[in-house]
Amino acid sequence: MTTERQEDAVSPKSGGIPAVEVRDLSLVFQTADAPVHALSHVDLTIAKGEFVSFIGPSGCGKTTLLRVIADLQQATSGTIQVNGTSPRAARLDRAYGYVFQAPALFPWRTVERNITLPLEIMGLNKTEQKARAKRVLDLVNLSGFARKFPWQLSGGMQQRVSIARALSFDPDLLLMDEPFGALDEIIRDHLNEQLLDLWRRTEKTLVFVTHSIPEAVFLSTRIVVMSPRPGRIIDIIESPLPRERTLDIRETAEFAQIAHRVREGLKAGHSYDDR
Amino acid sequence: MMTASTLLASSGGLIRRAARGTALPVAAILLLALAIWYVGTVFLNASVVTDQYQRDGKTVWTTGELIADTMSMERPVLPAPHQVAAELQKSIFGVKLTSKRNLLYHAWVTFSAAFIGFAFGNLLGIALAIAIVHVKSLERALLPWVIASQTVPTLAIAPMIIVVLGSIGFVGLLPKALISTYLCFFPVTIGMVKGLSSPEPIQLDLMRTYSANEMQMLRYLRLPASLSFLFPSMKVAMALAIVGAIVGELPTGAQAGLGARILAGSYYGQTVQIWSALVAASILSGASVGLIGIGEGWLSRHFGGQA
Repeated sequence: MTTERQEDAVSPKSGGIPAVEVRDLSLVFQTADAPVHALSHVDLTIAKGEFVSFIGPSGCGKTTLLRVIADLQQATSGTIQVNGTSPRAARLDRAYGYVFQAPALFPWRTVERNITLPLEIMGLNKTEQKARAKRVLDLVNLSGFARKFPWQLSGGMQQRVSIARALSFDPDLLLMDEPFGALDEIIRDHLNEQLLDLWRRTEKTLVFVTHSIPEAVFLSTRIVVMSPRPGRIIDIIESPLPRERTLDIRETAEFAQIAHRVREGLKAGHSYDDR
Repeated sequence: MMTASTLLASSGGLIRRAARGTALPVAAILLLALAIWYVGTVFLNASVVTDQYQRDGKTVWTTGELIADTMSMERPVLPAPHQVAAELQKSIFGVKLTSKRNLLYHAWVTFSAAFIGFAFGNLLGIALAIAIVHVKSLERALLPWVIASQTVPTLAIAPMIIVVLGSIGFVGLLPKALISTYLCFFPVTIGMVKGLSSPEPIQLDLMRTYSANEMQMLRYLRLPASLSFLFPSMKVAMALAIVGAIVGELPTGAQAGLGARILAGSYYGQTVQIWSALVAASILSGASVGLIGIGEGWLSRHFGGQA
């Protein structure tokens, strides 16, 4: 079963270089009193086409790891490759789309012009920009909202616009940092289903940061459990769940088993003894 | 039918506005200001009038007589509002528009210098702010000079600018405009430094993920984000530009402009003329600042403002 799963996880665009390869990576912040070990000796390989979640309590370095992959922060030691190159080269190559915790839409731009922002920066022509904006708005079910301004949209819709913006230049790799963290459970469930559907259709590689166990288990093909002080990986769980899933899958015994293992992993991280 | 209903709607709007109480406070403040002005007129002019009575050997007068006389002097310490209004009316509508005795002509002379100074000031202010935001060391190197420049009294530096520029052949409008520039680049620089630094870390990170260069960062993020800081600064700058142009007209004994009117008025003790020039200057400032406000409103509606 496990071997079959692994093949499944790697299948869509396998055979090439991994999307992300992290070897013995550490990141230390120098603060006034003592150095903070945000990441300590992290090893991780993410194959193309995978949906990988980082889960852990705050301070475990999950967001930091994502930012290092995106070249928004730099590691102190160890190596990391994104698409077989350095994170910096990957960033300059616009190899990934990044979705932040907040939508980070520009209030002076319409929904459409927010989505075309990366395309304008990349110098695409106007017709191509419009066509792409229309396509990704359809993808996140927001066609008809192109001419609205961000403040006219609900929080969930704004976050969908920010996902559409990340998809607009069609990167193979999507990095998402708790994109649904600020939304209520009902909308979150709905967006999770949509995201899963999108991932299956586009065959992109997804790296997803969350602190919700059901969300991580429902979405991922692999779950990376992390723990703070120092920030490190304590368990990597291959999900036996099929790629095709609906919200009902959360009622199954398999789902409960994985969720249990994640919870055990988080407990083993001793992250709560000093609170 | 259509027009009737629109008319009804707009007059309804006016009534609603009055009822909601935006018109009433404005009118109340205006009336209060006028009342204070009238009281001031009576008190400040009373001693001059009674002195005159003494000289004329007039010993019996009523309070009403005294009050009426304080408001109809030829050279009062403080002219009454209606005297200023009459002078304004006379010097705007009573003479030809092209005449040098028309106040609008003088207002135009001052405004044209102020506006050119304002335009220069904005360009200079924005350029300085862009430099300061992008080159970290410039914040320490430039900002103290920018601030120090404003501690020099305008009245002290204006004659020097006029004299120095005059000696190398620049006379008339340009020296005045430069004094306006000197005054009004400051609020623009300060406002724009704040505005250009206003984007949140998450927005800057977003631009970094697109590997946007500094020019694109400026064009797509920093400049649009700074607009809401630019307009308040521009309003202050516009008012300062008009002050600068008027001050620029004082030391040279300029022949035209509101400053020239004030100067001429003070030579000959024509207080009514001084005050009417002052009122004209404040109306000019108010109107110019109002125009900037209209531009701000338009831009805000155009770029997603919630108005």
